[in-house]
Amino acid sequence: MTAEPTRRDVLKAQAAAIAAAAAGIALPASAQPVPGGVSALEIKWSKAPCRFCGTGCGVMVGVKDGQVVATHGDMQAEVNRGLNCIKGYFLSKIMYGEDRLTTPLMRKRNGVFDKEGDFEPVSWDEAFDVMADKCKQVLRDKGPTAIGMFGSGQWTIFEGYAATKLMRAGFRSNNLDPNARHCMASAATAFIRAFGSDEPMGCYDDFEHADAFVLWGSNMAEMHPILWTRVADRRLGNPHVRCAVLSTFTHRSMDLTDIPIIFKPGTDLAILNYIANHIIQTGRVNERFINDHTTFMRGVVDIGYGLRTEHELEINATGASDPGRMEPIDFETFKQFVSNYTLEMAAELSGADPGFLEELAELYADPAKKVMSLWTMGFNQHVRGVWANHMVYNIHLLTGKISEPGNSPFSLTGQPSACGTAREVGTFAHRLPADLVVTNPEHRHHAEEIWGLPEGLLPDQPGYHAVQQDRMLRDGLLNFYWIQVNNNLQAAPNNSQETYPGYRNPDNFIVVSDAYPTVTAMAADVILPAAMWVEKEGAYGNAERRTHVWHQLVQAPGEARSDLWQLAEFSKRFTTDEVWPEDMLSANPDYRGRTLFDILFRNGKVDRFPLDELDPEYANNEATEFGFYIQKGLFEEYAEFGRGHGHDLAPYDRYHQERGLRWPVVDGQETRWRYREGHDPYVKPGEGVKFYGRPDGRAVILAVPYEPPAESPDDEYDLWLVTGRVLEHWHSGSMTMRVPELYRAFPGAVCFMNADDARRKGLNQGMEVRVVSRRGEIRSRIETQGRNRMPRGVVFVPWFDASQLINKVTLDATDPISKQTDFKKCAVKIERLA
Amino acid sequence: MRGEDRTSRLSARQKYALAALLSILVTGSAALAQMSAVPELSGANPPMDNVAADPIPRWVTDDVRKMRAYPEQPPVIPHSIQGYQLSVNTNRCLSCHKREFTQGSGAPMISVTHYMNRDGQMLADVSPRRYFCTACHVPQADTAPLVDNVFKDMIELGVEHAGDE
Repeated sequence: MTAEPTRRDVLKAQAAAIAAAAAGIALPASAQPVPGGVSALEIKWSKAPCRFCGTGCGVMVGVKDGQVVATHGDMQAEVNRGLNCIKGYFLSKIMYGEDRLTTPLMRKRNGVFDKEGDFEPVSWDEAFDVMADKCKQVLRDKGPTAIGMFGSGQWTIFEGYAATKLMRAGFRSNNLDPNARHCMASAATAFIRAFGSDEPMGCYDDFEHADAFVLWGSNMAEMHPILWTRVADRRLGNPHVRCAVLSTFTHRSMDLTDIPIIFKPGTDLAILNYIANHIIQTGRVNERFINDHTTFMRGVVDIGYGLRTEHELEINATGASDPGRMEPIDFETFKQFVSNYTLEMAAELSGADPGFLEELAELYADPAKKVMSLWTMGFNQHVRGVWANHMVYNIHLLTGKISEPGNSPFSLTGQPSACGTAREVGTFAHRLPADLVVTNPEHRHHAEEIWGLPEGLLPDQPGYHAVQQDRMLRDGLLNFYWIQVNNNLQAAPNNSQETYPGYRNPDNFIVVSDAYPTVTAMAADVILPAAMWVEKEGAYGNAERRTHVWHQLVQAPGEARSDLWQLAEFSKRFTTDEVWPEDMLSANPDYRGRTLFDILFRNGKVDRFPLDELDPEYANNEATEFGFYIQKGLFEEYAEFGRGHGHDLAPYDRYHQERGLRWPVVDGQETRWRYREGHDPYVKPGEGVKFYGRPDGRAVILAVPYEPPAESPDDEYDLWLVTGRVLEHWHSGSMTMRVPELYRAFPGAVCFMNADDARRKGLNQGMEVRVVSRRGEIRSRIETQGRNRMPRGVVFVPWFDASQLINKVTLDATDPISKQTDFKKCAVKIERLA
Repeated sequence: MRGEDRTSRLSARQKYALAALLSILVTGSAALAQMSAVPELSGANPPMDNVAADPIPRWVTDDVRKMRAYPEQPPVIPHSIQGYQLSVNTNRCLSCHKREFTQGSGAPMISVTHYMNRDGQMLADVSPRRYFCTACHVPQADTAPLVDNVFKDMIELGVEHAGDE
């Protein structure tokens, strides 16, 4: 490399080469005669991260005449090197569903807002006026705890950060939670408890270094297909590599597996403790590692199921009052504790083949094998999800197989910025940016300093988490509620009992910002049309700590506006006198009479980058409208939280040049393996390994038992219901169901069922049935021959289909520590439709 | 061609609209009436109602190649893949679509990109990272779109075509 090519040169050359390669032609030095010249054929190519899952693939986005006309995998993106999955390849079409929302809508009757009225188009001003009135009324009547917001791991970093400022600093409410609560709260909670710092120690480079892969409740072949290509590349290209897949049913990831294990729902806990026991009993504990770098703890047991407090399961649970408590123990006590989990016991409880279980345990025990453990919703959506996460760390820590290339317990994520926004920005009800929490006075003080707020302003009680928000809406204690970038009426558990009644509760005012008319939007009182993906400048953070920024590439249709614009513009309608307590204002008179926009965004920091710092090649509607480079200002203010504290981000502008960088970024260098000397700049020479997130620098090995699920099949409700996703649709399908090719690939949900079970009940392939639980029911079709092959006693129904809302059937039991719902285990019966 | 004949079918949403209209007529409920400027819900209306599950549609198996929406789009599969084994031991797709089998099978050869490793280097055989075909290539059900899509083909956007005049 001699002269440094500009970013634009690189993008153009790369795009041209890809297009040529894809078309199977050599690129001519001078083009053949083309009417209008070659420029008429040119497509403007720019980089962006994919809009869908947490993998964070790089895509090249082609724009012509103000439209996205093509997308393909970015050859320069480390994550995917030119590949996309079927969803990623159809990103071009996700913004062009015919029913895009293009104007604000409000329920009205006789020209005024009426909760029982029908939706009518209104102006942004009218929508915001009514919203502000309702919000102020609720604040006056009930105070900040009656104000709430439900956000998303699909928010851009700026949007999540603006929302957390508006809710906590503006409205003084911690009732802010992301849909990521449904997705990876158990993983995030266990990271903090075990390592004192959220997010993985390893990264995707581990795929090319591991000798064995173990999938714990993850169907990567469908849900993380591009990471699966890296597993396949490693497994098929290196004969010594082994792959184990654990699941409650047979799915596509089993196609690559050497060790397939089907276990009874919930018994993964016993298998994990058996592996720890096996490692100890066969003398393969890495004693130096556990002596130098770990500490042993025991967790409180019988912790309940996160149901409403009056539920008998909660009343009877002895440990439910403080489910997260841990107390120190020693190695001998841990050894004694797991010694009950013998191979026979684990095999008996789980129903898994003992030979395969032993083979699996040996993958971990063998010091010569580098093991990458991967998990997603099977672990996290689990009434003991935090424990399951701890237990997999236990076996990596006992063997010292952690924080080095190929030895990697790796929590995958399902949303593009579950890490970047929900976790790093801290949009959970108890969190602040960079692993700080609202319950710690020093953390609040630090946030008040960075945000330029009066001391003591930030509320110190954790707000309502996702499931609790629904319950409080239904109970009438949460009354002004704004939902952005998610479809929670489709996603939330037990939604016809616990979610929908809250939205339609006459005491409540519900606002939904979305790009499409989802079931959630249509159950709201006001719908705000949202700009999506490359219709705005954005930043996402993927599962391997990679922060990735993109430019606005096209204009949103009609009056659709980004969530960032909506939050900032709405803040102009409030003054401090209206939302802050009088004693706070009288002690800090300088803050009197200022708008929340002034306090939160025109604060001398967020507004410090002028418009001439924008790249003239790209539009930026928000910056132009507000008069300063708001995205950069928000990012740089936010980065103050993490710089010097193990969460360092690079200067904002650099991210426009890179295919993302993995934090901590120190002295311009990203970090691939945290806690390991030579890789992580926070580990000093001579320390080797240091889990510096915890005060003692040691990671926690936790003794916790197997405990049964909240609800198991019985004589009447005789089947397990597992819900989940499919390759072709992303989450609730609001984008992918509008792409005809994706819709046709999987046009409706089905009920995957064991063929013997079906025959026993007199059901045939394709027959219409009712899927019924104690909460509700749907109608679906029996599928006994599809891609998922169910064992006896278990059915699987994906949740992408708005016409088959399977969450009417699911149970709102959560992990009591993480408050994440268990969408994988409840009891149902299947009845033939008369 | 069966796959391209859209005019004779109602879109799935139109069916919902029709069902909603019928239910208004039958029940007299005005709650379902919506202004034309307001988008329709996809799913049941009201959203918590149970609706009949559409029959599992048949796959398009006419073997007629579908035009791609843009050059980089992975082609969809115009034939049945029911029962195809795609595992560590065998790959039924490649037994027709791999370079050395295409002359006998008449099937289109998989793209040259499938012979490249992560660094863009050509390999002697299909790259293992491309082994699982169905991550990108999918069959299509014989059904109308749920919602129409107004994506514009790049060729309609100000391009004059060489050789057209």
